[in-house]
Amino acid sequence: MDKYLVSPNPHVHADVSSDSLMRDVIIALLPAIVVSVVFYGWSALLVLAVSALSCVLLEYAIARWMMKDLRLFSGSSALVTGLLLAMNLPSTTPWWVVFIGAVVAIGVAKMSFGGLGQNVFNPAITGRVFLLVSFPTYMTHWEIPGGVWGADAVTGATPLGAIKEGLMQGGTVQGIMSEHGYSYGQMLFANLGGSAGEISAIALLIGFVYLLVRRVIKPHITLSIWATVFVFAGIMWLINPARFTDPVFNLLTGGMILGSCFMATDYVTSPMSDKGGIIFGIGIGLIAMLIRYFGAYPEGVSFAILIMNAAVPLINRFCHQKKYGRA
Amino acid sequence: MAKTTFRIGGVHPDDAKVSRGCAIEVLPLPQTVYVSMAQHLGAPAKPVVAVGDSVKAGQLIAEAGGFISANVHSPVSGKVKSVAPRKDIAGNNVMHVEITVEGDEWAEGIDLSDTLVKEIPEDRAFILDRIKANGVVGLGGATFPTHVKLNPAPGSVAECLIINGAECEPYLTSDFRIMLERPEEIVVGAAIMQKVLGGCRCVIGIEENKPEAIESMSKAVAGLGYKGIEVLVLKKKYPQGGEKQLIDAVMRRQVKSGGLPISVGAVVQNVATSIAVYEAVQKNKPLVTNVLTVTGDCLPVEKQHNYLFRIGMPLSYIAAYAGGVPEGAAKIISGGPMMGRAVANMDACTVKGSSSLLYLSEGSTKRNAPANCIRCGRCADACPMGLEPFLLYKLARVGDMEQLEANAVQDCISCGCCQYSCPAFLPLLDQINIVKGQVLGILKARAAAAKAAAAKQ
Repeated sequence: MDKYLVSPNPHVHADVSSDSLMRDVIIALLPAIVVSVVFYGWSALLVLAVSALSCVLLEYAIARWMMKDLRLFSGSSALVTGLLLAMNLPSTTPWWVVFIGAVVAIGVAKMSFGGLGQNVFNPAITGRVFLLVSFPTYMTHWEIPGGVWGADAVTGATPLGAIKEGLMQGGTVQGIMSEHGYSYGQMLFANLGGSAGEISAIALLIGFVYLLVRRVIKPHITLSIWATVFVFAGIMWLINPARFTDPVFNLLTGGMILGSCFMATDYVTSPMSDKGGIIFGIGIGLIAMLIRYFGAYPEGVSFAILIMNAAVPLINRFCHQKKYGRA
Repeated sequence: MAKTTFRIGGVHPDDAKVSRGCAIEVLPLPQTVYVSMAQHLGAPAKPVVAVGDSVKAGQLIAEAGGFISANVHSPVSGKVKSVAPRKDIAGNNVMHVEITVEGDEWAEGIDLSDTLVKEIPEDRAFILDRIKANGVVGLGGATFPTHVKLNPAPGSVAECLIINGAECEPYLTSDFRIMLERPEEIVVGAAIMQKVLGGCRCVIGIEENKPEAIESMSKAVAGLGYKGIEVLVLKKKYPQGGEKQLIDAVMRRQVKSGGLPISVGAVVQNVATSIAVYEAVQKNKPLVTNVLTVTGDCLPVEKQHNYLFRIGMPLSYIAAYAGGVPEGAAKIISGGPMMGRAVANMDACTVKGSSSLLYLSEGSTKRNAPANCIRCGRCADACPMGLEPFLLYKLARVGDMEQLEANAVQDCISCGCCQYSCPAFLPLLDQINIVKGQVLGILKARAAAAKAAAAKQ
């Protein structure tokens, strides 16, 4: 009898693990990665490689030599953080700036809180925001896509940046848009300046749908961000279309799609319940739009997610799933 | 037909009903049987035979040991060899009556013929008496004494009798086979219980992955023509056969925490129980047989079986008869892979509620090392009671009984959905089960104290 296992139920397990979930996230990011490399050229690949490698190695090093517990090392999760960080950076970012971002993301935002599952703030966004406030020159100068085929690349502002600047100089939204020749088609399929992950909304959305189909994430958070942005921007735009950009523009530009599909839906730093997820999403949508319309920065999605990350424990305290047989 | 299911949580494990094609075979008698006195939920039965007594099959050998308890009968004819403690499947000592088998002679007054007796006795008390006397208990897993469940406290009214044919546990096919082979007995049993409960509606719930059973049961219901019995097709989702879940699926009502199904007008009985009721009432035959599946992922289909067994047969005897424990078996389970119990002792014997001998390979049953919780919320999505296992797990580790109670750990039905779906392989249910016992103890003590205080005034 000794050779048989004895343990309590359940005796079987679903075909799922933390690594398999992270693998699905990586697969979901692939279309956007491919598009960014095609449009930005090899420099985008360099940023991705430096970021991914730094994140994985840093997590390993910290788990092994500082925390002295290799069980705290999760390569797949560090890889996801690395890829997301890279997708938040312009392809022109120098390698050492990328590395500093990785140190902040993994070392400060993740491992100092105890590693996987313990962090309060999204590591990749923390890394990005740290770089944004520390190295604004590198972080706000974008390359207009030249591509791997070697067309001449020019630097310039992102649509959000151009509009913020134009408005400050007394222009109108319509005037600035037509001056730069922005179109929704470009935003959807890739052609506007921005960080690697901001380049193509469609590529990101394909990944998002993949995650939904594979049931890796649920749609509550993302849809609630979109709905909030759409409604809030819609109201402001109807009030004054010369001062405020329209709702579709706001959904398709900047880090909105990347943030709402891949960053806000991070398991660790988002609420546990569906109801909580909806509140979380409304908060992100509102804060992001307030920063875009009234803040000093042209883009606010990262800040919005970080601020709402801080509210997650409170949301979890008050939002629970519906229990059986209890009011 | 519109399919329905319960509304909160649930998981979809591969149903692995490999043995569905295996017709029920009758197991031959062993030389010795060991009949447990703890075959049911509640107090153990008290032996009424002594060493050296000759007994016949179907003869009473132990009387119910309390209000929630049940009679136990001899499954064989022969001589009582000992009345002594013996180890059960978990290795705990339980009083057993050991009987040396001699021939196969049944006690007087038991109808052993195959004739279907359709006429239902008019007298409610007579029916309940027969069910009680013949030791019928629920065969869906909990082995709750059936006569207690069919005799609700005055003031409560049964609105719906639910016959549980869901068999939502993977691998098990014994309920499926009886629905295929003995549908009429199930329906007559259901009609008897319906009568006892005052003629309420009766719904036979069957999951959609058993179309042959749905067809067979529908035919029997139509053919027998009792009033108010219907077959309801359920979506495939575990734990559909859980009492609370089945009530929600069929009646769209939820039993309050700590409440009984009858509080929402429901009585749930398993299809195998229905046969036991039929035999007890119509044939005066005590519950000494049931059907069990020999199955597993490391057992080729031609070696899988559905056996009609008698209680008290050693598991090792059944395993040997079926061709031995397969090479690749890493774990032997009595019951399904989600809620069954690991067998620590193959010399343990079958009881009324035995449903399977399940052999799982190392690949499918080995536990992975637990990692950090990634807060994905899958456990909460899977929990059919709407609990938050990740939170209960954390609270359990720090031993916060107050918060555990506030977060309803006492509502847990130990179905295993949380642990099954955890990507970090955390032993969620292991931890929760431990503290659930403690919290239930606290609740019980508090209720007792309140009762005592009320008595004082």
